[in-house]
Amino acid sequence: MRWSVILENLPQLLHGAWLTLELVLVSGVLGLAIAVPMAIVRCSRFASVRAFPWVYIYFFRGTPLLVQIFLVYYGLGQSPWVRDSLLWPVLSQAYWCAIIAFTFNTSAYTAEILRGAIQAVPEGEVEAARALGMGRVVTWRRIVLPRAFRIALPAYSNEVILMLKGSALASTITLLDLTGMARTIIARTYTPLEIFLAAGVLYVLITFLILGGFRLVERRLNRHLRPRTGH
Amino acid sequence: MNETSAALEVRNIHKRFGGLEVLRGIDLRAGSGDVITLIGSSGSGKSTLLRCINLLEPPNEGEIIFDGESLALRRARDGTLVAADQQQITRLRAGVGFVFQNFNLWPHMTILENVIEAPRQVLGYSRDRAIADAESLLEKVGLADKRDGYPAFLSGGQQQRAAIARTLAMHPRVILFDEPTSALDPELVTEVLAVIRDLAEEGRTMLIVTHEMRFARDVSTQVVFLHEGRIEEQGPPSKVFESPESPRCREFLASHL
Repeated sequence: MRWSVILENLPQLLHGAWLTLELVLVSGVLGLAIAVPMAIVRCSRFASVRAFPWVYIYFFRGTPLLVQIFLVYYGLGQSPWVRDSLLWPVLSQAYWCAIIAFTFNTSAYTAEILRGAIQAVPEGEVEAARALGMGRVVTWRRIVLPRAFRIALPAYSNEVILMLKGSALASTITLLDLTGMARTIIARTYTPLEIFLAAGVLYVLITFLILGGFRLVERRLNRHLRPRTGH
Repeated sequence: MNETSAALEVRNIHKRFGGLEVLRGIDLRAGSGDVITLIGSSGSGKSTLLRCINLLEPPNEGEIIFDGESLALRRARDGTLVAADQQQITRLRAGVGFVFQNFNLWPHMTILENVIEAPRQVLGYSRDRAIADAESLLEKVGLADKRDGYPAFLSGGQQQRAAIARTLAMHPRVILFDEPTSALDPELVTEVLAVIRDLAEEGRTMLIVTHEMRFARDVSTQVVFLHEGRIEEQGPPSKVFESPESPRCREFLASHL
């Protein structure tokens, strides 16, 4: 074991870790923005309206993330129509291809988490809003969604952690995220044990960072919950 | 009481759940200041009737008249009647308060936030005005010190009193109470009934579904006994409780007094 190799390559590994964090955060925020309307539509009373998010969600949940990344990165570029379009400057970059694939993927899972949370909001609370004359939009905005976000929080933090692990697949399309960077260093130094161990430790640290963030949010948003174990 | 003084009136309300006919033609009229208690065994349709009045439950048949205005209804695909005019039903719901058996406070909001929510969102009150209103209402129901607490930290009786304050904040002309003490531990019933009693003394118009017979006898101007979806006995409490005509009402009272 050559521990010094870790120290020598630490700046590069941290660089990779930063890209990993960035991929997770950017696609996480974009994915959430798509997931909210998707979950609302998924709860529609009308089957024809529910159909679109259903197809969307089952496509992204039913296929491997790696396949989705390849479809965006290799698949889209195959068509001349895409290569000639205004989007090509974006779609020709591995970074944005990864963001797009991750965004769609996480939005589908998040939409399902939110749908479950929306349906878990007690009917009586919605009835109370209706009985006070609150309309559909106000009830969604003030009661259903704020309640659903709080209910969904623990499951959603899990989804973000899974996305962090999934982001290692970005390395398959040339990105030097934490995994990609580790492999590049190993190709040069032939020290897979040391470097992968170091990368693993960095993944754990990012996980703690994300969980810590969620704990802060949860403490703030769920302070209305009575602690289960009193005193 | 003349025709114009009715605060709330329902005519010929029918409600079916699948093949089960829960309400079979109910006519009821609440004049201004009336306190009408609805009694009857469980399954007699009392709560369903209350829920039909503000369309929390869509009736299959009937007419609802609030403040001299007949509610425009249209038939939905499942055969029930739903509001045809969104503004009108909002007006009715804002003017007819509803207090639930299970309080249904919003747990993510403090007690104060629960009370100011609807006045701000529905009546368009400013935050200051809504808070001023809410504070005096919380004072009135004895919860001034709980304004910044969350519902889960309150007892059932306190939660129900907060829910009553939330309803009063809309300045309703009529208040419907759906078994307001049925979910409470026995020792908490009194404090909630005391609040409702105060409201009755203020001359508020109220319809109360309850199993508290002594309370019904004390506060009501009119008692309505429901049996299998029909009004079986109706009149001032002295008549209904002391000399009911219907044998079923007599039977019911004998087992509940």
